[in-house]
Amino acid sequence: MTGTALLALVAAGSAFGAHRLTRARWTWRTPRTAILLWQALGLAWGLASIGTLLGFGVAPYGQGVIGGVIRFFADPHALSSIRVASVAAGLTFMLMLIVMLLVAIAGVVRARRRHRALLALVAHGDPEIPGTLVLDHPAAAAYCVPGVRSPKVVVSAGTLELLGPPELAAVLDHERAHVRERHDLVLLPFTSLRRVFPQAGIISRTLDAVELLVEMAADDRARRHRPAKELATALLRFAAARPAPTPAGTLGVAGVAAEESSPILVRVRRLLSPAPLPRPLRGAMLAAATLVAVLPLVLYAIPA
Amino acid sequence: MHPVKGLGELERTVMEVLWDRENGATAREVGRALADDRDLAHTTVMTVLDRLAKKGFLVREREGRAWRYRPVATKEAYVAEIMLGALNMTGDRDAALAHFARSVSGDEADLLRRVLDEVEGT
Repeated sequence: MTGTALLALVAAGSAFGAHRLTRARWTWRTPRTAILLWQALGLAWGLASIGTLLGFGVAPYGQGVIGGVIRFFADPHALSSIRVASVAAGLTFMLMLIVMLLVAIAGVVRARRRHRALLALVAHGDPEIPGTLVLDHPAAAAYCVPGVRSPKVVVSAGTLELLGPPELAAVLDHERAHVRERHDLVLLPFTSLRRVFPQAGIISRTLDAVELLVEMAADDRARRHRPAKELATALLRFAAARPAPTPAGTLGVAGVAAEESSPILVRVRRLLSPAPLPRPLRGAMLAAATLVAVLPLVLYAIPA
Repeated sequence: MHPVKGLGELERTVMEVLWDRENGATAREVGRALADDRDLAHTTVMTVLDRLAKKGFLVREREGRAWRYRPVATKEAYVAEIMLGALNMTGDRDAALAHFARSVSGDEADLLRRVLDEVEGT
């Protein structure tokens, strides 16, 4: 039973940790490590929640979570109905998370295929910017369509009009960083989790936080080979030129223009005065992330 | 005119021909329209038209012994569809695309312009 209690503690702890981490600022000083920490927390939360339900259900066997579940399938009648219900809930929850992730993957694959097919018909290359597709539209847009075989970086004619060559180069470096580091795969589990729990504020805030960290990671990559100021002015010019959003029901805090609440400004300030976290601290974070991810697995295995 | 490259490039070229015509075209007409640019085998043109129809970009109807192909939507409509996704205006934040910057509110845009002036002034 100790194992189950500890799993419940890990589940609660990782939820609390996520809550704290959504408000943290220090994560911006080392976005890559922070992303790993988020992934570890997410994994720990899922494994520990499932493990708590399963562990409580199979506790009478006294063989831990994994051993208990194996025994459950061989001899389910030994358990009281509330224990059986707990095991069923754990398995259902696990299945739901997996299915929703698969649904999210399928949706992304479908959307990308359609998008690529359209791009192939109406976008064109430009000898000035090799490896980039140009879309003839006056609004400013720059994005990438990630993918294994042929990732694509796309800019609109409006963007080419808006940005000077150094700024454009900075934007393209930023987008290529997304492609190279597969940031889409980082975000996928979090977006899929949000579909499972659309009402949960903590998950929306988590998604916001991870999205911002992913952008910062790409910013960091883009400024390796060129002045950070180019990317900063590109960001400002680009974001200020975008048409005001947004259909009702989407996020974006309408009317609030506080310095703190603008992710764009946060990124700009960070580019202009970077303060990377010292290496020992980053190492400590990495160790913590590993521990958080491994702990539930250890608790699954111990026969208590 | 750019030199025609692979099958994808060919599909674009064929779509351009059809977008320029109000009443669509048969494979033979498409082939003739492209003849100045490049001499394509009739079967190649048919293959490309067939592929585009299968992908849902063209509809076709019988005309004698041939098919007449028409675009399902205008080029502008497709550009608009792409931009809608690219500007993240569909409201559904999916992970299909990675955006350089999300859209901002009017107030935030004012603020960003002020900061831009500051940064460029330094």
